[in-house]
Amino acid sequence: MLVEVLRLAAQVILRNPMRSFLTVLGIVIGVAAVIAMLTVGKGSTQQVKSDVAKLGNNLLILRPGQGGGPGATAGSAPSLSARDVAAITEQVPSVEIAAPLSSSSMTVVYGNQNHHTTITGTDNRYLQAADWQIAEGRDFYDGELRAGSAVCIIGATVRSQLFGAADPIGATIRFKQVACKVIGLLAAKGASSFGSDQDELVLMPLKAFQRRIAGNQNISTIFISIRDGASTDTAKADIERLMRERRHIGPGEDDDFSVFDLKQIASMLTGISTVLTGLLSAVAAVSLLVGGIGIMNIMLVSVTERTREIGIRLAIGATEGQVLVQFLVEAVVLSLAGGLIGIVVGLALGLTGARVLHVPISPDPLVVLMAFGFSAAVGVVFGYFPARRAARLDPIEALRHQ
Amino acid sequence: MTGGAEPLIALAGVGKSYGSGEAEVQALADISLAIRAGEFVAIMGPSGSGKSTAMNILGCLDVPSRGSYRYAGVEVGDLDRDQRALLRRNCLGFVFQGYNLLPRTTALENVELPLVYRGVPRAERRRLAFEALARVGLEGRVDHDPSELSGGQQQRVAIARAIVGQPDVILADEPTGNLDSARSHEIMQLMSTLNRDAGITVLMVTHEPDMAAYAGRLVHFLDGRIAADGSGAPHAG
Ligand SMILES: Nc1ncnc2c1ncn2[C@@H]1O[C@H](COP(=O)(O)OP(=O)(O)OP(=O)(O)O)[C@@H](O)[C@H]1O
Ligand SMILES: [Mg+2]
Repeated sequence: MLVEVLRLAAQVILRNPMRSFLTVLGIVIGVAAVIAMLTVGKGSTQQVKSDVAKLGNNLLILRPGQGGGPGATAGSAPSLSARDVAAITEQVPSVEIAAPLSSSSMTVVYGNQNHHTTITGTDNRYLQAADWQIAEGRDFYDGELRAGSAVCIIGATVRSQLFGAADPIGATIRFKQVACKVIGLLAAKGASSFGSDQDELVLMPLKAFQRRIAGNQNISTIFISIRDGASTDTAKADIERLMRERRHIGPGEDDDFSVFDLKQIASMLTGISTVLTGLLSAVAAVSLLVGGIGIMNIMLVSVTERTREIGIRLAIGATEGQVLVQFLVEAVVLSLAGGLIGIVVGLALGLTGARVLHVPISPDPLVVLMAFGFSAAVGVVFGYFPARRAARLDPIEALRHQ
Repeated sequence: MTGGAEPLIALAGVGKSYGSGEAEVQALADISLAIRAGEFVAIMGPSGSGKSTAMNILGCLDVPSRGSYRYAGVEVGDLDRDQRALLRRNCLGFVFQGYNLLPRTTALENVELPLVYRGVPRAERRRLAFEALARVGLEGRVDHDPSELSGGQQQRVAIARAIVGQPDVILADEPTGNLDSARSHEIMQLMSTLNRDAGITVLMVTHEPDMAAYAGRLVHFLDGRIAADGSGAPHAG
């Protein structure tokens, strides 16, 4: 009997394929939205989480100026100096490494290849603190750092843009009148949780950067790693106290520098992506509701159109329950078909989105199953009323219906 | 009505009214009628005399406003909607003036339909439906939609559908109303064969004396009452 009912439902639905498709469009959109959202959302949440884990030892970033995240400008606040780096290293016991950074973005040229990237002046401490591995070549020699030699270590993206598959070690790249010898290649890290490509960088000795590019002794960022087991919050407070002292900020005055905890930012981003996923899922739920109402509407039309058919079925001995089941199954098959199309479309969208946003792809079978369950539920809930109306028809009046 | 066993169908004081108060229409007024198993009864009467109303009540599609309807000893008034559906499914077959076949559904599938609701397995169903179609002479048309069949053929499909479940009674409301004379006689011959050979009780409404002549008993309706009830004219053919 159920096979029969399913066959009949499929027959009725396929008899008018265009109308059936339009009927389930709401469900298709709703389910596709949920699946796409959760695929991308979950992927990006996972990305952030694995980034947080990858950050390893706790990291702090010290910048001049107030507010903003990484990338905010210093404004009018006085810059940092090498003496600040030394003071932090020496006076805050929980600090393991403090590395100076100074950056500028510009076009790098090799042969006839151009590439716009970020040039950062720093030293080997940064490689250590940020856990950069050298894939090929070497890090900076002390002599090169002291002399400010024109040598550089490039990130994987810069390498592929300028050199393709060729060996970059020993080659000379140019930026802003500086001819710089490539001595090392960094192992790729991929996209960061902030969405930027971490391998998009060129490192050179801080001194070389200050003299040849910036033309000053400024340091724009101090990158700090905290000893294992030490509290990041305590370290942050210690550094803030030290910096207030060094920068002569009186009690009650606002800091003119900021210390960011990378882990905090990362977990905040996780929170944001969770909230976004929740919001978008709510939107999707509304469209499922609208889809359900669409199905109910068409099922009611269908019951009216098929009143005579229902009368015939009742006359030859169909019970109320059998007619109810027939129409309910029809609604459920419709909404499940919509759900299936939605799952396929949603996965396709999600996977495309994940690729565009550089987040790992993670189609969740549970989500797919839930989407399936939800579309079935929409069919049952919104199909019930029309089905009951069909089942309760008076056989004589139904037979008389034109 | 020679006594002994209870008649298959027994109406006692059955009335049916539509509407209420001033607008009340009395379609049937206190009908009493007994039909024994195996009878072939023709019901005649002017338009609006309550024939269809009576047929609907006899077919358990409708319930009387007053009086008692006993089918095979069972008081139909005591049955609920689903029990009446089961009674129709297991004991009654319907033939309508307008055929009432499902559109876009083959003759075979139309005939199978009552068996679907009985839960007969597919293969068995096909076999029985095919047999029923063969009995009405349509074995060559099993895969045709109603739209591809003539009126007479459609009515024969409807008869096959009515008999496929081996009912006790066939209720036919003007089964030849839409057919020409030759087609009508074919249908009537089919009906009397079913009555005679399969022992199916036939109740038939008709306006045509020619068709009523096939019946063994003639009931005349007038203004919602039975005006005459007696043996029909001897069979013409
Ligand atoms: N649903 C209804 N509501 C109101 N009145 C009805 C209804 N059905 C039938 N009637 C009335 O009941 C009376 C009997 O109708 P019925 O259909 O039984 O007549 P009939 O003998 O079958 O006529 P015909 O030969 O034209 O088919 C008529 O007066 C009709 O108007
Ligand atoms: Mg009538």
